[in-house]
Amino acid sequence: MDVLVCVKRVPTVGGAITVSADGLSVDTRMSGFTISPHEECAVEEAVRLVERFGGSVTVVTLGPAEAEEQLRSCLALGASAAVLLETPGGAEFGPAATAAALHSVAAGGGFDLVLLGNEAADTGDYQVGIRLAHLLGWPVATGIKALAVDDEGTSAAARREYRGVTETYALPMPCVLTVREGINLPRYPSLPGRLRAKRAVISRVPVSSAPGGGMRTTALRVPAAARREATVLGHGVDAVPALMSVLAELGVLS
Amino acid sequence: MTVFCLVEVDGGGVVDASLRALTLARGVAAQSGDGLAAVVFGEPAAGDLAAYGVEDAYAVSGIEGYAPQAWGRALAALADGASAVVAAGTDRGNEVLAHVGAITGLPMAANCVAVSAGSGGSFEIVRQRWAGLLLEEAVLDAPVALLTVATDAGAAQPAGAPGSAVVHQVAASPADGDLVVRAAEAPAGAGGASLASARVVVGGGRGVGSADGFGPLDELASLLGGVVGVSRVVTSEGWRPHTQQVGQTGTKITPDLYLACGISGAIQHIAGCASAKHIIAINTDPAAPMMARADYAVVGDLHAVIPALVQALRDRS
Repeated sequence: MDVLVCVKRVPTVGGAITVSADGLSVDTRMSGFTISPHEECAVEEAVRLVERFGGSVTVVTLGPAEAEEQLRSCLALGASAAVLLETPGGAEFGPAATAAALHSVAAGGGFDLVLLGNEAADTGDYQVGIRLAHLLGWPVATGIKALAVDDEGTSAAARREYRGVTETYALPMPCVLTVREGINLPRYPSLPGRLRAKRAVISRVPVSSAPGGGMRTTALRVPAAARREATVLGHGVDAVPALMSVLAELGVLS
Repeated sequence: MTVFCLVEVDGGGVVDASLRALTLARGVAAQSGDGLAAVVFGEPAAGDLAAYGVEDAYAVSGIEGYAPQAWGRALAALADGASAVVAAGTDRGNEVLAHVGAITGLPMAANCVAVSAGSGGSFEIVRQRWAGLLLEEAVLDAPVALLTVATDAGAAQPAGAPGSAVVHQVAASPADGDLVVRAAEAPAGAGGASLASARVVVGGGRGVGSADGFGPLDELASLLGGVVGVSRVVTSEGWRPHTQQVGQTGTKITPDLYLACGISGAIQHIAGCASAKHIIAINTDPAAPMMARADYAVVGDLHAVIPALVQALRDRS
């Protein structure tokens, strides 16, 4: 089974997001970079499938030269090959342009399955997987929290929950699935994995600048502070009577 | 021209997220002098639709159950020539509209919180990035604007004057290829759904320390008639299942009270709990970001405070 996993380099955000001086990007001078939790799970799911069926996991990203770091992290987790679709000068690609670029790798690669995260952590466009599936002419299901592939490796049962209902989708393969964190618990990279990742050759493919996608960002801003004025009720167990009063006041004591 | 809104119905009524989408769609229609039409797969809740100013309701039949690509194809055909197509920013809304985008080649803006229609097919939008932690202002130039509306955007507001909500029956005849992916539905067990709608959520984070450390939090949640929610580190450590995660990649909660215990307050977590009406934080570190987001704070070790609180609640009953 040959699986393609699509990932995206995004800033690691801890306590706060700040916007750069020009108001058009997230200030990343103080942050590291990562891929989203959904995508970590996509890589893990692919590695497990290949452990069961044999085959390969190829991981691909569309991003700047520095995104090599995220590809090596995926290689350390068990991916066997990596492709960097290198964007010029930090250009941001819209969802349609991203899907078109990924299609150049997904088409004709003999893949049985393409996995993506349900949505990118940063832009949250919720559409790249579906646009890619239409370009490939493959079936697609999104938001998947459980996946079962039959023993022949020809069909997938994918599950998600929606408004208190479990939805199960039966898809013939090849297909595209976007997955959510919780589908599995990703492993930590092994030492041999890290060493292999360090030595691995990453295939680099330059991508020309994105065609206009019909949407142009004019500004980014952090919404009005959700900061509240915390009343300190006390320290340690001495605060319990005050806590009880607050619970009564809020009407949560039955 | 017309603004179309995909409307999801549940048990005879329009779901809250779709009422918010209708509210935004009505605003866009009013700005551009367009009519407002609803598209429903199943029984149209004509009363709700009229109250939200819908003039025409298209009830699509011929597709059994939820088949995202077939829904997208039918919506794209109905909305041919529309000025905008709007849907709720739910799993289904985002998914169906993305299919419309892929089928038509149109751009789509997900999770909008505000949209104003300019001249000549240009829309100024404000949409959520980072699960709402960041807002993007953008100009969308497209013959038809595809928009989904954030499920926590504004409030649903009925129209000043109700619409006529004339129901038109539309029989779809989907191609086999559009029906390959179709949901088989079964009732889900408890988990994410009850967390999303719980009145009280007792949150546990890294400070809980271990899977076993959750005993007192479970007991507190049960005494308060609530459920336990956890931060991402807790599910990554395997202490608790992912269905209990509150955050950007977990569940967004909207309780009356969120009691955050031993949670530092990384913004990925804040994205999931910012809509709580009241927040109480218990943390050994008074400078933890969670404390600044709270209405009430207790500086202390949850392993001492929670058992004492549990005891006080037991003594009371």
